[in-house]
Amino acid sequence: MLDLRLYMLQRLSALIMVPLTLGHIAVMIYAVQGGLTAEEILGRTQGSLFWFLFYGSFVLAVSLHAAIGLRVIVYETFGLRGTTLVGLTWSIGLLLLGLGTQALVAVTWPGGV
Amino acid sequence: MDADTAPLEVSVWRGDAEGGSFQQFEVPALENQTILDVVSWIQQYADATLTYRFACRVGMCGSCAMMVNGQPRWTCRTHVKKVLRDRHVEIAPLRNLPVIKDLAADMDPFFDKWIAAGGAHRPSASRDDPIPGIDPADGARVEASAGIECINCSICYAACDTVAGNPDYLGPAALQRAWTLLKDAKHEGRSAILDAVSGTGGCHNCHSMGSCTVFCPNDLDPMSAIAGLKRETTRSFFGRRK
Amino acid sequence: MRPARAHPLWLAFVLHRVSGLALALFLPLHFWVLSWALTQPQKLNQFLSFAEQPIVKIAEFGLIFLLAVHVFGGLRLMAMEWLPWSAPQKTLAAGAIGVAVLISGTFFLQVV
Repeated sequence: MLDLRLYMLQRLSALIMVPLTLGHIAVMIYAVQGGLTAEEILGRTQGSLFWFLFYGSFVLAVSLHAAIGLRVIVYETFGLRGTTLVGLTWSIGLLLLGLGTQALVAVTWPGGV
Repeated sequence: MDADTAPLEVSVWRGDAEGGSFQQFEVPALENQTILDVVSWIQQYADATLTYRFACRVGMCGSCAMMVNGQPRWTCRTHVKKVLRDRHVEIAPLRNLPVIKDLAADMDPFFDKWIAAGGAHRPSASRDDPIPGIDPADGARVEASAGIECINCSICYAACDTVAGNPDYLGPAALQRAWTLLKDAKHEGRSAILDAVSGTGGCHNCHSMGSCTVFCPNDLDPMSAIAGLKRETTRSFFGRRK
Repeated sequence: MRPARAHPLWLAFVLHRVSGLALALFLPLHFWVLSWALTQPQKLNQFLSFAEQPIVKIAEFGLIFLLAVHVFGGLRLMAMEWLPWSAPQKTLAAGAIGVAVLISGTFFLQVV
């Protein structure tokens, strides 16, 4: 089910996300002071290469990590195997990647698309 | 009858691979009595058709493990007093293995996986070579020695929820065996072991929930042995790609 | 028929699995709402003001706890697997929960 390759992908994506997650939580704790607005979020992130790369790598890593993690849960809980399992893993990963990219572009692309 | 001499109420699982159910027995309570004693009493005095497995009766051979009140235990070293709940005890065949009949589980998958994990010893020298010296204090030897007292009772295998959810998973005993061979200077074929434990049922499926280590009757630590295999396979993963 | 599992590392496993599952299910929603920032900023602002309610703040506190506990629980696993740190696993597992409470508590104090 989880061979060495998937295990390495799971652990490496996790390692990448450790600093990203802690950074994300720190930003949240800072940003929620005095409430949140769309303008405030965009003012911080729009057109910023740093936040684009920060959240871009976050979206990529989390899509990978969540797809592999859910694959394990689905396999161990429902016994799904073979091509169904592979298909489900890819669907989850691509869905997250798609939605994540959409959100990434929305908040970091300079001046909107 | 006072409380000490009132009989034990024992539920014993009866059946085969097709299914079965619990049967109730009353067994005389004794001052000193193991679960294996109880099972043997039933077989000798109540129902001679009860099937179970044991050999040494002293915790050496690893053949008498069963589920006692839902927990995997070596029945020959489990005192009734320790597990009795209000005079009642429930005895069933080991979890995560097919049942042959009654309390005898089919150990084939357990030992097949033991072999699949690279558990058979392959000597690095022949009888014509001089015997290599082994330093008991050597780091790798200390790690190997920590796992070699395994009696293959399959209690860890029965305790493991990863085995329950993943039929391909080699399980704690087989992987710990692989770890002891990997650390054994007299074993040849390091990369064969690393390959054997890196497949779809390999050590990377372990979630480190540690039930193997909690339930091991010999106080071994398969969870840490499996972590060691993950470490060595990770190392070889990067070694290969550099 | 299941063995008694209520031992610390089994509970740490459950916490890691449940937090991971919850975060994975939350993620699509999170991305979807954020993508309004560009196309429908009004809708996003409506959502953000809806999110000012105490009940949502408590839910956010829960999410950050799950995120932090998944990160530190994962760090514990990787430390056990890759560094020879096998001994104090129970203490480290408890420590991961402690740090997660601290971080999510800090967040909570900022929003109330």
